[in-house]
Amino acid sequence: MAITVPRPKLNWRERLYMPAIVAGLAITFKHFKNMLLGRTKVTMQYPEQKWDSSLPDHYRGAPALVRDEDGRVRCVACQLCEFICPPRAIKIVSGEIPSKDRFAKVEKYPEAFDIDMIRCIFCGMCEEVCPEQAIFLRKDYAITGFTRADMVHHKEKLLEIGGVMHGVVLKWNEKK
Amino acid sequence: MPNESSAPLFNIQIDGVWHQVPKGTRVIEACARIGVFVPRYCYHKKLSSPGNCRMCLIEMGFPRLGPDRKPERGSDGKPIINWIPRPQISCAQDVSEGMAVRTNSPLVKECQRGVMEFLLINHPLDCPICDQAGECRLQEFSVDFGNSKSRFLENKVKKPKNVVLGPRVTLDDERCILCSRCIRFCQEIAHDDVLGFVDRGSYTVLTAHSGKRLENNYSLNTVDICPVGALTSTDFRFKMRVWFLKETKSICTSCATGCNTIIGTREDVIYRQTPRENDHVNSCWMCDYGRLNFKFLEAENRLLEPQIRSDGKLIAADWPAAISEASLQLKQFTGNEIAIVASGRMTNEELWLTSQLAKSLGVQWIDIVPRREPGDDILLSEDRNPNTNGARLILGSTSEPGAKLMAIAEAVKSGEIKALVMLKENAMHLGMPVEQLAQLPVFIVMNILAYEATQKATVVLPACGFAEKRGSMINGKGRLQRLNRAARPPGNARDDWEILRDLLQAVGGGDSLSSSDDVFRRISETVPHFAGLSVSKIGDLGVHILRMKELPPTHPRDEKAIAQAVAIQARRRAVGRKVHEARKALGVRRD
Repeated sequence: MAITVPRPKLNWRERLYMPAIVAGLAITFKHFKNMLLGRTKVTMQYPEQKWDSSLPDHYRGAPALVRDEDGRVRCVACQLCEFICPPRAIKIVSGEIPSKDRFAKVEKYPEAFDIDMIRCIFCGMCEEVCPEQAIFLRKDYAITGFTRADMVHHKEKLLEIGGVMHGVVLKWNEKK
Repeated sequence: MPNESSAPLFNIQIDGVWHQVPKGTRVIEACARIGVFVPRYCYHKKLSSPGNCRMCLIEMGFPRLGPDRKPERGSDGKPIINWIPRPQISCAQDVSEGMAVRTNSPLVKECQRGVMEFLLINHPLDCPICDQAGECRLQEFSVDFGNSKSRFLENKVKKPKNVVLGPRVTLDDERCILCSRCIRFCQEIAHDDVLGFVDRGSYTVLTAHSGKRLENNYSLNTVDICPVGALTSTDFRFKMRVWFLKETKSICTSCATGCNTIIGTREDVIYRQTPRENDHVNSCWMCDYGRLNFKFLEAENRLLEPQIRSDGKLIAADWPAAISEASLQLKQFTGNEIAIVASGRMTNEELWLTSQLAKSLGVQWIDIVPRREPGDDILLSEDRNPNTNGARLILGSTSEPGAKLMAIAEAVKSGEIKALVMLKENAMHLGMPVEQLAQLPVFIVMNILAYEATQKATVVLPACGFAEKRGSMINGKGRLQRLNRAARPPGNARDDWEILRDLLQAVGGGDSLSSSDDVFRRISETVPHFAGLSVSKIGDLGVHILRMKELPPTHPRDEKAIAQAVAIQARRRAVGRKVHEARKALGVRRD
């Protein structure tokens, strides 16, 4: 169904157009003046300059694995992130923690954890689905490499990006 | 379950609607029949009902009887029900005339919530590492019937974890909800009473009797029926999450029973085999031997490329070259200089193509390798060939399958046979030294794995394993069953029926067959037992096509020849075992 949009009724001043043109030009000349005086900056000189310090807390950069205060890799290889990952960027091979180990109670750990950063779309579903608070999207955004293989983040790289996470739930202690 | 046709029908009221159910049906099954699911942990339809989990509580009532012992009727003409004031378990009660049950009343829902809360008090929150997650009854019912939060503030009871119950089963006692299914399975089905509960109250744990292990050949069925992740398969433990597995309905090919299975694969890797219910064959069970007998498909010595011998060495070739080379080699000889040794592990389709190949070459020497080992009276059959009956019907031999093998071996030894075609079998089963096989002018091998004798072949054709192909087999009781492809073959290996079809065409005998289902159609036209059938008509549960009682008894001479062939295999296995043990003792790894 066609909708009739009523045209605004212009008064005589508006019909002249001149006051609006003058007002617009005034703004243009103000910017022109600020430019000449070096007061406005339009372009950030990336990569010499970076905007890292002004990234918001909710910024979604590269996904990474974290350790907790005890130094344990938090991931238990439940593979939920592998399941949820829309572009199927994650590959996990799980292993069993030997009974002599400090963290033997956890029983399972990721033997290999690969995220293909060519595939990753930074959606953050892995972080959202993780039942162990083990994977987080950090603020790294410049992921580069010369080959496709370079672009796959292995477990070591992921832990390096992730670092130690404080304040996460410690559910694998002896009491639980 | 009572015999449906003869049992009288009872009227019973389920959730306000009257239904008719045969006498002798348990109430929980009666509810299932009409599509009302009652949650349960301890109840399993193939086991006895101890009624200890209390999850299947329902409200039950019986018609009010008047002074004349007749049910009193209300204004609507229906019997008036006297409800029992407390909930009843539905798994241990048979239906009776006029019985009424309520499965969704407020009382029942409250009971289910209460039972769930008790079960979860000490249950660890380790779903992320638990292998059962995704097919766990506790998870499912917790969502359906439980609370979203725990009110339990105290410390949970600690129980042993990672307990090795036997060579194939690992137990996590903290996850156990004490349903006793595994205990009853061992008593009632496996006849090996090794499991039991010890200690009391919330400290009760499942354990094996001291000095005993859960090591019977059916131990892994306890893992299947465990409703939670307490009993885990040591082989499958922590390997793959179950929701990734593609489930393909197939059959086990490790013996003539042909247990129905589900093969769990992910990206062409087989992770596990589990039994599939078929009351005509294997009920809900399968043996551990058959269940774990799939590792060979990923063995180091898997054949991946077709090979042709040239200048004394096997050189990788492409398929057309290998097929034409094989056919050229075979065509040099007349029919009575060629022997074909097929396998009782081949499908009906492959056996039929083999028989056509033999026919077009004029071959008389054709048989399978008999394979016999001790069986048991539960499922495992003495005949370890899954398709002996297929060979019996399709190869068209007058003697018992396997009876001619020793005669073929003699003919090879004497030089009467100049060309030997080994299909899906190791030539060492003929019981002659490798050097003698190396003397053969033509020795064509189609197999999955490379053996010592494969090195002496003139043409090697890599084929598919049971999980990599579609086809049909006839089990030891004469039931025609279907295999389905769960994984693609590795490397350049090809479907067996395609190899045989191409070979048949190359020797000039075949016409166009574009799928293994086409081959089956051809069988149904030529073999009377198969008349009117097709692969899709077999269905998931199979069709009975052969009455074993009507078969003529085996001739004593055949028995003797088969025993001789089996003895050769047993001897070779014993030597292999000794070598393996010696290697193990010395700490030498196989690879």
